[in-house]
Amino acid sequence: MGKTVLLIEDEQNIIEAVSFILSRDGWEVKTHANGQNAMEAVRAREPDVVILDVMLPGKSGFDILSEIRAEAQFASLPVLMLSARGQAKDLEMAERAGANRYMTKPFSNAEVLDAVRALVPS
Amino acid sequence: MAETGMAGTRIRQRRLVAGLKQAELAEAAGISASYLNLIEHNRRRIGGRTLLQIAAALNVEPATLTEGVQSQLLAALQEAAGDGESGGNFAEAAPELDRVEEFVGRFPGWAGRLADLGQQRDALERTVKALSERLAHDPELSATLHDVISTVTSIRSTASILAETRELEPEWQMRFHRNINEDGARLAEGAEALMRYLEAAPEAGAEVTSPQDEMHAFMERHGFTFPQLEGWGAEARIEAVVSEIEHRAARALARAALTQILEDARALPRDEMDVLLAAHGPAPDAIARATGRSLAQVFRRMATLPEDMVGPVGLIVVDGAGALILRKTVMGFATPRSGAGCGMWPLYEVLSQPARPVQAVLAQGDLRVRALAVAEETVPAGFDNPPLMRAYMLILPERRGPDRATARPVGVTCRICPIEGCLARREGSVLKDRF
Repeated sequence: MGKTVLLIEDEQNIIEAVSFILSRDGWEVKTHANGQNAMEAVRAREPDVVILDVMLPGKSGFDILSEIRAEAQFASLPVLMLSARGQAKDLEMAERAGANRYMTKPFSNAEVLDAVRALVPS
Repeated sequence: MAETGMAGTRIRQRRLVAGLKQAELAEAAGISASYLNLIEHNRRRIGGRTLLQIAAALNVEPATLTEGVQSQLLAALQEAAGDGESGGNFAEAAPELDRVEEFVGRFPGWAGRLADLGQQRDALERTVKALSERLAHDPELSATLHDVISTVTSIRSTASILAETRELEPEWQMRFHRNINEDGARLAEGAEALMRYLEAAPEAGAEVTSPQDEMHAFMERHGFTFPQLEGWGAEARIEAVVSEIEHRAARALARAALTQILEDARALPRDEMDVLLAAHGPAPDAIARATGRSLAQVFRRMATLPEDMVGPVGLIVVDGAGALILRKTVMGFATPRSGAGCGMWPLYEVLSQPARPVQAVLAQGDLRVRALAVAEETVPAGFDNPPLMRAYMLILPERRGPDRATARPVGVTCRICPIEGCLARREGSVLKDRF
């Protein structure tokens, strides 16, 4: 069984595309499509890495990341954030919230794959 | 009339120009040298008899020592000097605020220009701030952009999978094709929403209005009709009419437009137009023949008469380069705010054939209108210049009757025009299906 990625993203077609490329690369992909209950999903799935969109219905990705980092068992869980916003202050906010990587949309499949592989070395 | 300390600076300047010492001027003016010294250093206000005596001693009109003392100009310069650090390439020292009056007195032209530049900079800063805030905080724009970027992300990712994955199972292939199709439709909607937003942008705040927009807003407020410019002596009323416009550049545009309206009203008085319209209907060629006026002038006059007199009449004017100068839209016939319109409008056709007017029925989406166009030389050709042209397109309701003319499909401007295969297309469209 490959390592597990939890993809928290609300755009269904992005979920399908990213899930497909990660699955083909040997990852087990779990998904969660809104900001609410995202923390419960993290606890339940216990992923090796989280891909977290910033603009989610219900709760922002920054808030979810703060909640993740607040729990000791997830303090060092690798998190890759995805956002349509690429200004310096957005990067700063992501860094402050504890993101390991921050990627702006639109990204290429190869970029996502490389980032996830780098965050969880086999 | 007592004046501010500026008069002292002027007296000093005049004295130096006249080659007089302070004591000499003081003696000639019948005051003490120490008192003159205080006046020249703007520490005593001057007026009345003393001013007259000094002016006489300097052999100048008293007014030349006091006129142009502009507290607003001083305030504007002080404001410009006090606005933070220069951050520029030239100002190495702080502005000499203690000598601002002397500066204004000695170099009134430069002082005025500097004050103007300071105010223009402030206005630009406000505009930039308003636009930045709008981009950063406008929820509508933010949501639309987020949608567009998310959709582009999905298309990019899905298209890569379809292009790069070998042996993609048919069910995946079908699913990704369907996703791309859905995303394409969403992207078109997002782009359309974005265009609508951007097209409406100048109306959202006065800070971002161009002189052309401001002038058009003024004309629209008046329905392009100015009864106060009918009749003799109307020139004197133009300034009062344009005074409601805030910015100088827009006022200048409006002044030129109103001067033209006044000339047209004089050439084709309202009473005469009333009779002609009753006799011929809104037929500019018949009116031009009956009055001996040019078609362009009749177009302009018709477009500035009240609608209850002439019916709905729109007018679009472009210069020889095709840039929009005036747009009075009616019946929903859409025009761009600036730049060039649709290359299929007869407006552009007549630029290459000034002597020949053109008429056509135009179909813009579901709307059909009758368009009459003519070009006119505004500056004749010389050995040093080409002839300068203007083209006019009058928009009238389509004639009713059984023999409906074939309509020419037209758009607004290429970026927001959905007509496929158009011969006049300059660039791609962000729309697909409709206006």
